[in-house]
Amino acid sequence: MNSYEATAGRLDVMSPPSDRLKIDHTRHIKERLIEAILFLAAFVSVFTTTAIVYILIRESWVFFQHVPLVDFLFDTQWTPLFEDAHYGIMVLLSGTITSSMVAVLVAIPLGTVIAVYLSEFAPFSVREIAKPFLELLGGIPTIIYGYFALLFLTPLLQNVFPGLPGFNLLSAGIVMGIMIIPYVASLSEDAMRAVPMALREGSYATGATRLQTALRVVIPSAISGIASAYILGISRAVGETMILAVAGGMQPNLTFNPAEPGATITSFIVQVALGDLPHGSIGYQTIFAAGLTLMLLTLVFNLIGFYMRKKYREVY
Amino acid sequence: MNQQELQALRAMIATHKRWDYMFGVLGILALMLALMTFVALFADMAVNGLGRINVDFLTSFPSRRAANAGILSAWVGSVLVMLVTACAAVPLGVAAGVYLEEYAPKNWVTDIIEINVTNLAGVPSIIYGLLALGLFVYTFGLGQSILTAGLTLALLILPIVIVATREAIRAIPQIIREGAYACGATTWQVVSDHIVPYSSAGILTGVIIGMARAIGETAPIITVGALTFIAFLPTAPFAGDPPAGLFDWLFAPFTVMPIQMFNWTSRPEAAFLNNAAAAGLILVLMTLTMNGLAIWLRYRLRKNIKW
Repeated sequence: MNSYEATAGRLDVMSPPSDRLKIDHTRHIKERLIEAILFLAAFVSVFTTTAIVYILIRESWVFFQHVPLVDFLFDTQWTPLFEDAHYGIMVLLSGTITSSMVAVLVAIPLGTVIAVYLSEFAPFSVREIAKPFLELLGGIPTIIYGYFALLFLTPLLQNVFPGLPGFNLLSAGIVMGIMIIPYVASLSEDAMRAVPMALREGSYATGATRLQTALRVVIPSAISGIASAYILGISRAVGETMILAVAGGMQPNLTFNPAEPGATITSFIVQVALGDLPHGSIGYQTIFAAGLTLMLLTLVFNLIGFYMRKKYREVY
Repeated sequence: MNQQELQALRAMIATHKRWDYMFGVLGILALMLALMTFVALFADMAVNGLGRINVDFLTSFPSRRAANAGILSAWVGSVLVMLVTACAAVPLGVAAGVYLEEYAPKNWVTDIIEINVTNLAGVPSIIYGLLALGLFVYTFGLGQSILTAGLTLALLILPIVIVATREAIRAIPQIIREGAYACGATTWQVVSDHIVPYSSAGILTGVIIGMARAIGETAPIITVGALTFIAFLPTAPFAGDPPAGLFDWLFAPFTVMPIQMFNWTSRPEAAFLNNAAAAGLILVLMTLTMNGLAIWLRYRLRKNIKW
């Protein structure tokens, strides 16, 4: 016991503190209660994740009682609603991969160029206008992009490639790429802007141009952020639904040719949900198996992104 | 250095400068491409859809004849679903954000919550639809109703609201809290009298962005089982025969703007495509207005706040 506490103790004995200074227990309980309520609100996110995993696995479990996993992974046909039912997820995966590839080929070059331009080249006023504009572009509902792909871009592409069918993965993929440009550009730009000015100044002092500085100094320093922006973009493309449901056609088609129509995991779920499927039927469970596949796919991308951020992070 | 070397050096510098210049042009072109897409998208819908937008279009139910069809049930449905979403997502999101910033101890439970919030932001929206189908529709028995759709979208935008709340709270200087604590305030008093009011503009920005996302979200609502053809409105509170209760509309079947647009887009007749363009135009204007408002609000905020 130090001298201060000793003094305090003596004072206590001499004159008891007034009621006003006593610990108010109701106040304490109220505080605890509020904290508990707020904690529950925060815990909703954990509950949501658990519920997603539980629901997907519960319904998929029933599905895999009917369909062997080997058939699901290696069958080359996807006809779950036909008499002769086949459940080869490869068919849907091929559509997802093809359309995502097209989207990535559009979004990554354009997004990176825009990010480098905004971060290293653009004057202040251009950046102040361009950033909110990109944000607006990212806020447009995907159904609108779907309409645009089907009724604007596909006819445009048909002028160039006359044999292109009305529904195809190419125009859906391109529009999907345009949709994810804002994410890729904005996140990459944030990563590049976080690179300390001193690194750039060092580069400029040796006589490098802005482009040389961007390519040899800024991008290598920001690579972890840029890579995770790419991963996030890919993950968006894989999970995108309405553009493909509207413009991609919904025929299951095992192909890696973007000029053909095809179904993706997401557009298949929409197609089934639009129809009237009774709860508990095999068709109903199929969409959960497809959803589980999609969830695992995006989980893999998110983990890669997380790992990349961790491994290549530069600490200044 | 002889003349030849000097010339070579100058040539190299000129080449690099040329590349630098060319990249600047390329950057502007890439930005222009994004801008042109936006303009083309908007112009295309305006050309096809503007002729269809009139009072009748807003006050008619969908119809088998394109010229008579309207979006009454769609926009009423959208407004009601948004109402449910806001009522669920705003209190939950703000409470979660406040907890994580002001209350949460540094331990593994907090880590798990934070990882979950980050992860949920990356889950595709259609997965939320499957969650709602399995959980709200069949496990909780809420049916394919406005309530189910609203709660689904609330879960979807929850990470957006939480992140916005946390960022707004983090911008409040520590001295504000210390001042209040020094006067003997409890944590809740600090939160309710200082933290939440001072961060309310930032929170509002996040809420508006979240709602703009929710209003255009199609896939999860289709998965939940919204109908594409609804020619009636949910009964108003205390109306009808027998009189409906105050919250009966929550359990009514519904459709929303993006689904109405999807339905018209998938018809082959050109007249319906014009209807789709008109509905799309209204939808885009709605989301652009909301996003624009949020951006403007954030801009004002950055300019005006001086602690």
